[in-house]
Amino acid sequence: MLSLQEAKARVLEDFSMFDQWLDKYEYLIELGKNLESFPEEHKTEDRLIKGCQSRVWLNSEKRDGRLWFSADSDAIITKGIISLLIGVYSGRTPQEIASDDFAFIEELGLRENLSPTRANGLASMIATIKKTACDEQ
Amino acid sequence: MVKMTIEELRQQFPSLSASVNGCRLVYLDNAATAMRPRSVIEKWNDVVTNKNSNIYRAVHTTAALATKEVEDARESVKSFIGADSVREIIFTSGATASLNLLAFCAGEAFVGEGDEIIVSAAEHHANIVPWQMMCKRKGAKLKVLPVNDRGEVMVERLESLITAKTKIVSVAHISNVLGIVNPIREIADICHRNGVLLSVDGAQGIVHCNVDVKALDCDFYAFSGHKIYAAPGTGVLYGKEKLLNELPPYMGGGEMIANVKWEETTYAGLPYKFEAGTPNLAGIPTFIPALEMAVAMRSKAIIDNERGVVDYIMDELDKDSSITLFGNPKDREAKIPLFSISVKGVHHEDLALIMDKMGVALRSGQLCAEPIMDACGVTGMLRASFAPYNTVEEAEYFIKSLHRAIDMLR
Repeated sequence: MLSLQEAKARVLEDFSMFDQWLDKYEYLIELGKNLESFPEEHKTEDRLIKGCQSRVWLNSEKRDGRLWFSADSDAIITKGIISLLIGVYSGRTPQEIASDDFAFIEELGLRENLSPTRANGLASMIATIKKTACDEQ
Repeated sequence: MVKMTIEELRQQFPSLSASVNGCRLVYLDNAATAMRPRSVIEKWNDVVTNKNSNIYRAVHTTAALATKEVEDARESVKSFIGADSVREIIFTSGATASLNLLAFCAGEAFVGEGDEIIVSAAEHHANIVPWQMMCKRKGAKLKVLPVNDRGEVMVERLESLITAKTKIVSVAHISNVLGIVNPIREIADICHRNGVLLSVDGAQGIVHCNVDVKALDCDFYAFSGHKIYAAPGTGVLYGKEKLLNELPPYMGGGEMIANVKWEETTYAGLPYKFEAGTPNLAGIPTFIPALEMAVAMRSKAIIDNERGVVDYIMDELDKDSSITLFGNPKDREAKIPLFSISVKGVHHEDLALIMDKMGVALRSGQLCAEPIMDACGVTGMLRASFAPYNTVEEAEYFIKSLHRAIDMLR
């Protein structure tokens, strides 16, 4: 498994391969489509991330001292974004996640290329991942 | 203004030549707000630069110039909608403010416990929530006139929905989701023979219909300036003079008073009774060039272009069975170029985001009309709303981009 820093660098590298935002979206769509299927019974109110325009569910499980995330959304680009996030943060210790600054999101330039409501949704996703980690420490 | 071709018309709107994300902007969110012509921008600039002063009270020359601009605008609006008098034209900050004013004041004047208000199932929140708030305050009941599967308001059910307790019916001239022109005159006749008042949310109607309030025989008509090319933060509430006189004032202060005494305050006459506080004195004068533009857009060439857009888009959407168009009237003439759709297996927000990167500005989500979303069984829709300055070429680009986005997302 890649270290947290390596995983972030990988995403940044993947993303930088595309000049056009349309291509970056295609990459996110692919990520969304390839996200592991999420059980219907996990689509509950308490797993719903508040503040997103489309519905996003996040599930977390702690095994061997590490947090494992799974997620789903009814919008494919949102699903791609959460997939990108959990691809980086799943399987890390709560301490690692809680102490991370999530600055690589800014480097991706995602926020500027989302509508303000979507950018809020992204912030909610990050906040939920962080809070889960803080609660589990 | 002389009658224009569509190319000449487009040249009057500087923001139409913008580019976004490296593409030419195709602006199809006109139902949310329209672009503004150069004449409107110039008027705003002229008022702010040369006539900036508070209106009505001051004796100095600049104040008189500013007052004249606002009162000329009132005259323009009066003529544009065929009202009897400028006393029937109340300036507000927009259609939402107009409807809130009306719901509050009409509630105070006409509604008591157990009374009923009727709205249609396809209303914008601005024509639902103010009535709900008033009903809650007054102990009244809000009833809903349904729409059929085509999205047409079921006017045939209105008479049986009205009871002796019904005081007001409030419906959109054109729903901002379904894009169908409602038969306002027919609704007005039903209301009036049952002793019920009719309020019309004209936010979309004022843009796409030749509104003549006397021909429609509505009691109130509310609209925004910014959707009909005037400055944002401007709006109008039209009301029949006799009825407006029966309403109490809404907000206190400013030009709405006659005399203020500790014992009792008396109020100004119409329309000032409802215009508390300093009005949008830079924005209101833009109604003059904006409505001139709206009149100029009634040329045959421009109307033919608009009908061409409706025919083209409806035919194209019809070809793809995975696309559902909400608002598909029996009579195509009743459809304005506003298309709210859902695409099977594809989220409306994803489509809007991808198409934005192709230069197409659309609206996605609940479109400020959650009840009709629920009735249609969707969490949201994708809406393309055209203005008279949008071309058939832009409609073709919209369809092409839509298919490309669907292919990417599926």
